[in-house]
Amino acid sequence: MEHVIVPRSTYYTIFAVLVVMTGVTTGVAFFDLGLANPVIALSIAVFKASLVVLFFMHLKYRSRLTWVVAGAAVFWLGILLVLILSDYTTRGWAWF
Amino acid sequence: MHDDKTASPYEPALKHHFDDLGQQHEAAMLGMWLFLGTELLFFGGLFTAYMLYRVWYPETFGAASRTLDITLGAVNTMVLITSSLTMALAVHAAATDERRKLMAFLAATMVLGAVFLGIKGIEYHHKFVEHHIPGFGFQFEGPAPERANLFFSLYFAMTGLHALHMIIGLGIMTVMLIMAWRGRFSARWHTPIEISGLYWHFVDIVWIFLFPLLYLVDRHR
Repeated sequence: MEHVIVPRSTYYTIFAVLVVMTGVTTGVAFFDLGLANPVIALSIAVFKASLVVLFFMHLKYRSRLTWVVAGAAVFWLGILLVLILSDYTTRGWAWF
Repeated sequence: MHDDKTASPYEPALKHHFDDLGQQHEAAMLGMWLFLGTELLFFGGLFTAYMLYRVWYPETFGAASRTLDITLGAVNTMVLITSSLTMALAVHAAATDERRKLMAFLAATMVLGAVFLGIKGIEYHHKFVEHHIPGFGFQFEGPAPERANLFFSLYFAMTGLHALHMIIGLGIMTVMLIMAWRGRFSARWHTPIEISGLYWHFVDIVWIFLFPLLYLVDRHR
């Protein structure tokens, strides 16, 4: 568990996927897909972020404890976003 | 338990309160992940505010978002992703004890970080010329300028906080470069490089979300 040396080829592959996905998300934004636009944009962002976390940040190779810490952070962010949005968007007073 | 110190070789990087380098490294890495968890929630507050107003004022946020330069935004995304690659390669070079490569990749990461900030500066200048900076004679050609003001307030708060993290990152990389130059790191001990890498990648991830949220909202109209 001390030092995992990830082969350089892995980094190049991840980098290539990240570049392609950046191109895809930028291109898709110019087409009117209605509600699918933000869904696709955010799905690609989550996918890209997952690749960075798993491979560039080595989470894939780290201890279960690290997974718990990273997972807890994302879970708390979820609470922040979901509970606040579910409250404010159901109040019917969308003014300053 | 600690009487058999002679059994393990002397490690100058090992602090006395750890059993061995592995345990010390594990503790340091876990601490960094915890810190990044607090950073996620730090940015999370701004992301929540943005999502909320984006849901409330979709038309104005779309119109305000279209005034941003998508080409510069996309180029900057590529620049930052490339800097994450050079950072990952720097960590790899440290782990394989290649000091010159480590220094080269750290320097490349810093150059790319500086390019990102330069492009961001050009974008900020455009916004200044267009009177889109809240509080400086703000003007917006649309039905609801006060809502556009809100978009640009969030735009500058979020990209500004991100840019601040980039500047801090450049400072950290400067220290890492000096330490690498002095030959402080080895294949057995290069925890500071790994921790700095985690920080750099985290800042990259924040931008991975800022780019679609700020630049790609309602771009198709």
